[in-house]
Amino acid sequence: MPTVNINVNGQDLSTEVEDRQLLVHFLRDDMDLTGTHVGCDTSQCGACVVHLEGKAVKSCTMLAVQANGKNITTIEGIADGDSLHPVQEAFREHHGLQCGFCTPGMIMAAIDIINRKPNLDEKTVREELEGNLCRCTGYQNIVKSILAAANK
Amino acid sequence: MYNFIYEKVNTIEEVEKLLNENEETKILAGGQTLIPTMKQRLASPSTLIDISGIDELNFIHDNENSVTIGSTITHHEVSSSDIIINRIPSLASLAEGIGDPHVRNMGTIGGSIANNDPTADYPTACLSLNAKIKTNNREINAEDFFIGLFETALEENEIVVSIEFNIPKKSSYMKFPNPASRYAMAGVYVSVFDDAVNVAVTGASENGVFKWTEMEEALSNNLSLENAKNIKLSSDGIMSDIHADSAYRANLVDIMALRAVENLI
Repeated sequence: MPTVNINVNGQDLSTEVEDRQLLVHFLRDDMDLTGTHVGCDTSQCGACVVHLEGKAVKSCTMLAVQANGKNITTIEGIADGDSLHPVQEAFREHHGLQCGFCTPGMIMAAIDIINRKPNLDEKTVREELEGNLCRCTGYQNIVKSILAAANK
Repeated sequence: MYNFIYEKVNTIEEVEKLLNENEETKILAGGQTLIPTMKQRLASPSTLIDISGIDELNFIHDNENSVTIGSTITHHEVSSSDIIINRIPSLASLAEGIGDPHVRNMGTIGGSIANNDPTADYPTACLSLNAKIKTNNREINAEDFFIGLFETALEENEIVVSIEFNIPKKSSYMKFPNPASRYAMAGVYVSVFDDAVNVAVTGASENGVFKWTEMEEALSNNLSLENAKNIKLSSDGIMSDIHADSAYRANLVDIMALRAVENLI
């Protein structure tokens, strides 16, 4: 099995993975970072979104070996100790979740949107959420949370 | 997914060597189509060659009358490239309409055209902008490159190195995306050059991307909405599925063509 060197949430790891192991399974099963979810497992729902070199990607559509030598950030890696990340805080404040299943992917996607798009408006947020599905909220409070975080 | 041997390479020579030494190989760039296909066991290569780290495939060049995009450039990189935004804005906006932001961060232009999905966006840009597709051993005109459904002129041991797009006077790509997948149910790319108007259509034909010659002739005479309205795509040979039957799809192509022409006059 190939050995990979991956930095996950600021921590350097050197470990063996099976060639075919998906990144999401490496994170959940090997690293015990179960905040990243497997929703549809078909690249559509975005519950598995993590950051690869600071960019949002679907970890169910990527091999763990592809992350060799790269930096990965998951939902577990964004808070500063006990202080929530501003996007997490905005989701809490604006009730941006109900069941919470899509939330890790939504928050990782939201951070990427805010990083890429200055002067966010509602229409842009809705377009940019193309790759993240939520079955509870109707998106209203998710959009509200992201706009609030962007304006902070 | 069936297991395979993963090989990461740094040069085109290494890819050629692996392609020559192994059977059942697949090239992995962004993997946004290949990995889902392998997960469904619709593809089961024994060797996967990751080309994403090859520096000589990762560039965007501004030439005098064209731009050249290396095959491992992602959709996000095309859509946010100042060169592409300034020289062929319709190509930047095409790239921004593919899939979703996460897919665009991984998926590549070379992967898209080598796969030649009949509903993919990039093949229309290649045909409409008279692209030349450079491989590791030759240069292929876009018209000779796209052969049929998921079929290209690429040989077994050939990979896409770069795509050179000619700069049109003006151009527009309009698509009706499938609301779930964002793949085109009809996509029409109209480009105006000094000597011709090119119109390429995706998402519609049972044979994949094609040049709509009747529309090209009509618009070459005079680029007007009226001329565009007089041409209707026949529903013969147009795809029919749960999302749209062939007559509905042909009509969508007509409407996308009108919207593209409207942007150009």
